[in-house]
Amino acid sequence: MAAIEPMEQFMVHKVVDLPAVRIPGLGAIDMSITNTVLFLFIGAGLMSIFFLVAAKRALVPGRLQALAEVLYGMVDGSLTGAIIGDRSRPFLPFVFTLFLFIAILNVIGLAPGGFTATSQLAVTATLAVMTFLIVIIVGFARNGVRFFTLFWPKGVHWGMGVPLALIEFISFSVRPLTLAMRLFGNMLGGHVVTYMFGAFVVSMALFASHGGLASLGFLGSAVSFASIVALLALEFVVAFLQAFIFAALTCVYLNEVVNLDHGH
Amino acid sequence: MDITAAKYIGAGLAMTGLIGAGAGLGIIFGNYLQASIRNPSAAAGERVWLFLGMALTESMGIFGFVMGFIILFVKV
Repeated sequence: MAAIEPMEQFMVHKVVDLPAVRIPGLGAIDMSITNTVLFLFIGAGLMSIFFLVAAKRALVPGRLQALAEVLYGMVDGSLTGAIIGDRSRPFLPFVFTLFLFIAILNVIGLAPGGFTATSQLAVTATLAVMTFLIVIIVGFARNGVRFFTLFWPKGVHWGMGVPLALIEFISFSVRPLTLAMRLFGNMLGGHVVTYMFGAFVVSMALFASHGGLASLGFLGSAVSFASIVALLALEFVVAFLQAFIFAALTCVYLNEVVNLDHGH
Repeated sequence: MDITAAKYIGAGLAMTGLIGAGAGLGIIFGNYLQASIRNPSAAAGERVWLFLGMALTESMGIFGFVMGFIILFVKV
């Protein structure tokens, strides 16, 4: 009987072996196309095709254009518009792309044979660091040196303010870590639990084949199978929800630096 | 104690972090339900913050879960 290996589904292996590229200062970077890179390309390709095909200007929208309009309305209404407010329009393309990219990557991983690129900490850390850098750059571009007033709580005595500012700074610096870990942990946990229930289906049925009282194992196997159906439904919800949460937190961080001078 | 036993114990201890996450999620959703029954027309406007609060609280439990997996599966 094969061993139960929950972490084996996350192994990165090469699909196309390409030679390493030497970059002075960084060393040799292996340019092979791994399964992560392949599924990142698939996600980006699907998104690009969707935008190319759906972005028509028909006055009466067809189905695909209507879907794109619903997504745009949701990002503009519940994400950037609601959280950032009047100055949100420049950030809408970034947040929209982030939301759709993460959602597509998460959902592709749920298909049979699909690999979840966002279950790799490298991918989620890249997205999180990118968001963090954009927040810092926008903060300095809009506010200059007054960006650092973000950490000073308003209207407190300086004795209280100094430790509070330190805590605020630490909490701010931890943001890319928490963004990356949240998405990574959700995708990892979902797939591991689904794998374990699938392993229960097989192992309980094998145990029940011994006969006698062990035939209750067939009942356990059926319950595990029903649980997988429920779990996959939950995983679809979590896939979209985690993409929404990533985009919403990006909007919250952007709101803090963009609306620094007037409180929203 | 050999290393595998210590790993299993460590992973089990790391999972106790999910107690807090479960309690926090119950508090968030309970408060939202209570408030939405009192003021149903204003409930839809706060739904974004409901999901945000849920994700932030759940992420604490997820961090504990990921730490358990790191303890269990990273080769020392």
